[in-house]
Amino acid sequence: MRPNVLILRAPGTNCDRETAFAFETAGATTEAIHINRLLESPRALDRFQILCIPGGFSFGDDVAAGQILAVQMRHHLAGFLSEFKAAGKLILGICNGFQVIIKSGILLDDEPSPSSEIPGPPATLTYNDSGKYEDRWVQTTVASDKCVFLRGIEQMYLPVAHGEGKFIARDRASLNRLASAGQLALRYSPRVSARVSSEGGAEGEGILPFPDNPNGSMANVAGVCDTTGRVLGLMPHPERHIDPTHHPRWTRDEAGEVGDGLQIFINAVRFFG
Amino acid sequence: MLWEVDIYPAPGQPDLLGRQVAAAAAELGLAENLQIAAARCYLIQADWQQAQIDRVTLELLTDRVVERAIVAPVGDETLNTFPFPTSHSPIPLLLHVLPKPGVMDPVAQSVISVISDFGLKVETVRTLKKYWIDGLAQDRAKTLAAKLLANDAVEQVIVGPLPFGQLELGSPYVYRLTVVPIRTMDDAALQQLSREGQLYLSLVEMQTIRAHFQKLDRDPTDAELETTAQTWSEHCSHKTLAGRIRYRDESGERTFQNMLKETIFAATQKIRAELGPDDWCVSVFRDNAGIIRFDDDYNIVFKVETHNHPSALEPYGGANTGLGGVIRDPMGTGMGAKPVCNTDVFCFAPPNTPADAIPAGVLHPRRVAKGVVSGVRDYGNRMGIPTVNGAVYFDPRYLGNPLVFCGNVGLIPRAMSFKETKPGDFAVAIGGRTGRDGIHGATFSSAELHSESDSVSGGAVQIGNAITEKMVLDVLMEARDRGLYTAVTDCGAGGFSSAIGEMGEKIGAEVWLDRVPLKYQGLSYTEIWISEAQERMVVSVSADKIDELIALCASEGVEATVIGQFVPTGRLVLKYREHQVADLSMAFLHEGRPPIIREAVYVSPLPYTGEGPGGRAAGIEAGIQSSRFPVRDIPSPKADFCSILHAILSSLNVCSKEWIVRQYDHEVQAGSVIKPLVGAMNDGPSDAAVVRPVLSSRRGIVVSCGMNPRYGDLDPYWMAAAAIDEALRNCVAVGADPRRIAILDNFCWGNTDRPETLGSLVRAALACYDVATVLGTPFISGKDSLNNEFRPQGAAEPISIPPSLLISAIGQVEDVSHCVTMDLKSPGNLLYIVGTTHDELGGSHFQLVNSPLPHTGDGQEVRVSGISQVPQLDAHIAKNTFLALHRAISSGLVRACHDLSEGGLAVAAAEMAFAGGFGATLDLTAMPCEGDLDSTSRLFSESNTRFLCEVPPERATAFEAALSGIVASHIGIVNDDNRLVNDDNRLVIRHGNTIVIESDLASLKESWQKPLRWK
Repeated sequence: MRPNVLILRAPGTNCDRETAFAFETAGATTEAIHINRLLESPRALDRFQILCIPGGFSFGDDVAAGQILAVQMRHHLAGFLSEFKAAGKLILGICNGFQVIIKSGILLDDEPSPSSEIPGPPATLTYNDSGKYEDRWVQTTVASDKCVFLRGIEQMYLPVAHGEGKFIARDRASLNRLASAGQLALRYSPRVSARVSSEGGAEGEGILPFPDNPNGSMANVAGVCDTTGRVLGLMPHPERHIDPTHHPRWTRDEAGEVGDGLQIFINAVRFFG
Repeated sequence: MLWEVDIYPAPGQPDLLGRQVAAAAAELGLAENLQIAAARCYLIQADWQQAQIDRVTLELLTDRVVERAIVAPVGDETLNTFPFPTSHSPIPLLLHVLPKPGVMDPVAQSVISVISDFGLKVETVRTLKKYWIDGLAQDRAKTLAAKLLANDAVEQVIVGPLPFGQLELGSPYVYRLTVVPIRTMDDAALQQLSREGQLYLSLVEMQTIRAHFQKLDRDPTDAELETTAQTWSEHCSHKTLAGRIRYRDESGERTFQNMLKETIFAATQKIRAELGPDDWCVSVFRDNAGIIRFDDDYNIVFKVETHNHPSALEPYGGANTGLGGVIRDPMGTGMGAKPVCNTDVFCFAPPNTPADAIPAGVLHPRRVAKGVVSGVRDYGNRMGIPTVNGAVYFDPRYLGNPLVFCGNVGLIPRAMSFKETKPGDFAVAIGGRTGRDGIHGATFSSAELHSESDSVSGGAVQIGNAITEKMVLDVLMEARDRGLYTAVTDCGAGGFSSAIGEMGEKIGAEVWLDRVPLKYQGLSYTEIWISEAQERMVVSVSADKIDELIALCASEGVEATVIGQFVPTGRLVLKYREHQVADLSMAFLHEGRPPIIREAVYVSPLPYTGEGPGGRAAGIEAGIQSSRFPVRDIPSPKADFCSILHAILSSLNVCSKEWIVRQYDHEVQAGSVIKPLVGAMNDGPSDAAVVRPVLSSRRGIVVSCGMNPRYGDLDPYWMAAAAIDEALRNCVAVGADPRRIAILDNFCWGNTDRPETLGSLVRAALACYDVATVLGTPFISGKDSLNNEFRPQGAAEPISIPPSLLISAIGQVEDVSHCVTMDLKSPGNLLYIVGTTHDELGGSHFQLVNSPLPHTGDGQEVRVSGISQVPQLDAHIAKNTFLALHRAISSGLVRACHDLSEGGLAVAAAEMAFAGGFGATLDLTAMPCEGDLDSTSRLFSESNTRFLCEVPPERATAFEAALSGIVASHIGIVNDDNRLVNDDNRLVIRHGNTIVIESDLASLKESWQKPLRWK
């Protein structure tokens, strides 16, 4: 079947059109829906097989990147989204969408915290070590076979464009648990090297230097999936590398026939048939 | 209760804000080795218990993985106690920095709106920053705060605990009509009124207003006077350049009735007439931006604006709202265009200017640069518009008067390119609320800055909220496609006064000011009318569409309010509740301004050689003399050409701007084809940017610019010619079709009340006409910013900026797969130079690095030491060269192409080599030159219309054939280990048997990257 993708729009979302275009190029149908409509009638989710929260600056990234949209989703959509996941459907969060799903508890289950009785996410995305927003291309390597979106992909060359993309787990134990479950599915890797370890291990791997690891993420994490492998959040922008002329060195004959990012969208579509 | 929430990094997490401030303090020479702990804080005024503030803190304000919070009522001792273990005393000094009341605080607004999601009520919220500074004496705290932490125009600093227990909410406005007794004023009183009321009108204009009201037999209200001042302001009416000017230069006298119309516009008219049925201009010099044809479905909209004076006072807010404002121009053009990319050009004083050389009232250029870049970054990135092109120029004369040019390209369906407000339509304000922001921006931007400007005009400074504008854009596009309005325009300078005045110019309008939604209470009717609060658009809507429009806006949380009606009276009537506060005739507003004849004279800084007209200007129609300067001896460089090359690569105008470029999202919207940084390591300087605005199409837009204030010191005519040539060179170099390039002009000049200053501007405009008409390149829009001068405290003479003409070009490529970049691609390929080199080192970067004269102070003296002539232009040759080169590029014969600009051949070759990661070997002997030029001129002359091209050997014949009739010559080769040259990683330039330059690529690149590689 041709899956139907809900592209969620919020005030400040700005990658909705190109993300829809990428899904459509991969064979899906898409519909952009404003968060206010979804809050009015969460049952609208039933019509869709894939939920995508695209990049941008939802609510200006005021307070922290993705935080306000995450709070809204937590307050009003948590149950509906659990149901969506349980129905075997897919959720993709790109850049700001990753920040939203990690902070809203959609991606990683909340855990009790040592400092408070209110549970919270075991990991977050925060300010880059560089202290500033940067747009640059990074090499990424798929580090586990858990995630539906990343199936069959070894490496992708993709752009990142963010100021708050540094992945931090609350503690070593959380990091190790996510790593050994294969959830730290996408890692930054050195630009010149065929392949970095495809093992999911977190410890033992040093943090790559800037700019290979563009933000200082723990374990060079660029993308994280949930325990089912059907929810993925990633900082790089796959929708910005679906055309050969997106590649920064296509004039040097370094681009493939299609951009590396397209396979993520194709995988999502193929999952449904 | 006023709660305070302080957010600190959790133990073990870096304090990025604290570190940045400490580093900046060291950079600016304020203090070394400061230890700073910083917190982001919220003041929340709400009737809450501890449990409620704790919940909001934990679930909304704190990221518990990396942050910790301290929460208490303001005044509580825990807030004023250093929150880290410390062994020594005294404890660090506590400083608070918070926005002044009424200043836009986007984060606070967002927090207020999301708190309702918790089922809680809140009175108000304000954000602040808190710094604990160790190692700083109390008496130096204020200095540090003023120079680094806060900007007095928009922020206040509090040393020690917060001295208040609640936030002011503003007090209600009590209506009182203000009438100004202008009829009885004498000339002195008129001038005083103009100055002290910040109207900035001339005496003749004030007299005209007085006469008008004497005839009406009544005095004006303050709103009437303000409306007239806004409409007649330089910013809104361009009265100087669109006015009558008597101009004299070496070839005689010429009188203009409307200078812009007879030069810039006239060029476009001539070109359009010649194109006839093939005319691809759609709408020029009439709407908020120019419109040209793109493809069968869409047109392109382009506008570049300046926001100089606000950026001088508050760089972040000025640049932020500069970009926000120019984005609203395409949004307010035709029925509204979708913005697809931005371009930004800045002019600053050198960032290494010593702190003690900064006059009072001026911010350090490094702080200006950082603030401006952050402002552009935050607005462009948040709007989701890629910033793809730009440039930065440095000159000491920009110290008190930096320039910030922001441009935006939009895409509009062809059928949506025109608009017409109908009588009876309602005026609907969409977007941000109105506050005291930017009051007097339009009139103030037309005035000279002085050292007290920041205190006089603080209200003119604004901070933007990009997300509000993005929300407006989203609903506007939907409303446009549903046909819900008849016309749209933006609220820019002058606010509603300008927007509604323009929309209703031919009809008439009545405005109900009390209905305008306000940010806070207390605004008078006049403040509402002239406020320049950001993120507002006005649409005219027929009665049957009003409900649908308002419902659409509400569905996405955008405020839309009916504030008036376009009634066919020919009058502008303002009402506040039942009171009429203004009643002006549209005719007086738009046609009543008195004509002024201005004197303009151009005197060359150097005597001419006396040659007659012609020379390389052959074919150019104006009576400009061939302005050759005496060729003086170039101080024979003790010719270490190699170190001169390194010095030019390290000069601020030439060096890498990667620090800036990377902070801009240049790829959002996913249409990026040629990025601003290109080459083997993604870090070489692209000539222009290419984007595909329609993702399903292969057709591309090319954006580039040209500017060279240094040439203007010698002759603004040739400066303008070179700027146009450079903008086109950059466009053509990446693959644009030269027959489809349109350009914009932005004139930034000093005080044009001086005939010599106005004369130099007119002379540049004459070149614009001459060059554009020969090239067939139309101007489609433009903007000027005059009076860019700064008078330091106690100085008799103001410092004027150099004549600064920015030419922005917008080109097109049919199929983006034919684009090329400037980085060398393959060993063994041949290098061709296209175009003739002349002895043109005047105003060059060779001259700059060899004879850097100190800043002259008044901007009138020109650096003439050891120059030859300024680069000239034969536009006919340029036209043919661009066409031939385009043929070669679009036929796939060229692997890399770079234009020759600052630093000439040597710099272009070095940049191509280190960007591509391949060395090159060139021989200057084969270079086509006029006359017998020495190595210096061959290497560094900045003659126009030249390119360096990389051509595969097997395509050399075809390339030469494509360029037949054009001056071009095989001059070198990309190094190849296996063949000609052994060392792959060196740039070698010979002149016959002499090696004049030999350098390894790594060190050339380092010289180029080092100067602005900021943290």
